[in-house]
Amino acid sequence: MELGEVVVRATGIEKYFGDHHVLRGVDLEVRAHQTVMLVGRSGSGKTTMLRCLNFLEEPTVGVVEIDDVRVEADPLHARSRRHQEQIRQIRLRAGMLFQDFNLFPHMTVLQNCIEAPTRVKRIPKAEAVATAERFLDKVGLMDKRDEHPARLSGGQKQRVAIARALCMEPKVLMFDEPTSALDPELVGEVLKTMAELAHEGTTMIVVTHEMSFAREAADRVIYLDEGLIVEQGPPEQVLDAPREELTQQFLRRFLRDTET
Amino acid sequence: MTREGIPGRDDTIVQRVRLAQKRASTWFKVKFALVWAALIGAFVVALYLAGEIDLEWTATWGPLILDGARTTILLTVISIVLAVILAILGALGRLSSNAVVYAIASLYVSLVRGTPLLVQISFIYLALPQVGLVIPAFESGIIALSFNYGAYLTEIFRAGIQAVPPGQREAAQALGMHERHVMRRIVLPQAVRIVIPAIGNDFIAMIKDSALVSTIAVQELLWRAERAGRQSLNSLQALLVAALVYWVLTIIFSFFQERLEKRMARGDR
Repeated sequence: MELGEVVVRATGIEKYFGDHHVLRGVDLEVRAHQTVMLVGRSGSGKTTMLRCLNFLEEPTVGVVEIDDVRVEADPLHARSRRHQEQIRQIRLRAGMLFQDFNLFPHMTVLQNCIEAPTRVKRIPKAEAVATAERFLDKVGLMDKRDEHPARLSGGQKQRVAIARALCMEPKVLMFDEPTSALDPELVGEVLKTMAELAHEGTTMIVVTHEMSFAREAADRVIYLDEGLIVEQGPPEQVLDAPREELTQQFLRRFLRDTET
Repeated sequence: MTREGIPGRDDTIVQRVRLAQKRASTWFKVKFALVWAALIGAFVVALYLAGEIDLEWTATWGPLILDGARTTILLTVISIVLAVILAILGALGRLSSNAVVYAIASLYVSLVRGTPLLVQISFIYLALPQVGLVIPAFESGIIALSFNYGAYLTEIFRAGIQAVPPGQREAAQALGMHERHVMRRIVLPQAVRIVIPAIGNDFIAMIKDSALVSTIAVQELLWRAERAGRQSLNSLQALLVAALVYWVLTIIFSFFQERLEKRMARGDR
């Protein structure tokens, strides 16, 4: 798919947790229809980087631009009304998927999907329901429309979460290790849904440990280590012929661990 | 040894164990009922032999005392509703990042929990008129009970709100919801489900604590029983009737509370 305009641009993102320098200046640019995957050891900062993009973590330094919204990190005035509103504008443009799904347990699947569209974007209910049904159908869970999340399997929950995010019609979908909390036999259905989205040209940023999935669905793979980008490029380069010693070590260890 | 090996024998022992368990549980219930019947029966017989059971007296004074139960229930229902509202506000205050709001909420909780309910009741009814604030007895009782229970429930609600997984709030924020919306539509409904059993407990406790407002002449159950006892020179029966009514009320509401709790647990998690 041909490259579109820049949808996400993060510049010089740094994050401290106390004295711990978790991100040490990360730049990231994602264009429309691209699927970018962040890989790296645990503790490398990849999840923190993702959470900085929609300010679930306020970066200590840096600028995030998504679509037409630009927000500068402002940890000293993080609670200010203006800053919070800017962040909200960013979040309206970036759908987020979590490791443990975070569906709202007191609402049905459909209610989960229409809560934000009707009450945040003020879309008329009938229209929001129609959109929700379209996306539930897309993830293959139309028949679960009126169930509560407790009645769903982990894989189904994550697919509902994907539908819920799509209902807000975001410019980019961000996945934070979306299959890590799943039983192994349920990983496939979620990855399949994500691969479909990627092939249809959804703009996606994915933090993942699923290397074969990255190889199949990523346009670009970024290897992070100790809060810095070590290497990035198409998956066949980064995953199959990495130039950097750190990336090679990571992949060697990773392949050894997953093969056993 | 596999099941298929000797199927008949396996099934028999399973059935026999099940039967034995069932029998043991039935026998337990029977014994329980017998002990209650024996103890209560002995108590009643003792009273009767002592000549303290006077059915004529009960027919005359019973309805008058019983009437107080209505006041007791009304007082408790209104107060628990107000207490829950105060508790939600208090809990939001105790979780606020605004120092002023946090300080006010904390002062409320500390002050109310640090003084006896009886003092609070008297203060509102007897002390406030001195500064020109005259509040009728019934209303004073409601204010005292709701402020008092509101403070205890504040801490329960605070814990309930904190018990909602942080991911819930993050998911809501990530969808672009305003802080207020996140609290009202996502966090509070889940927190309420968590604290429902505690509210039920407090409601039942309040039925009994409401007896304290008899000291400011609210004509509830205890006040009427004491008065009937004094006038008829039979405090024993009057207070027995009152105690019995409190007991029955708590049993009835405990029953409803248990059912509600079960329904909540079955609910949606």
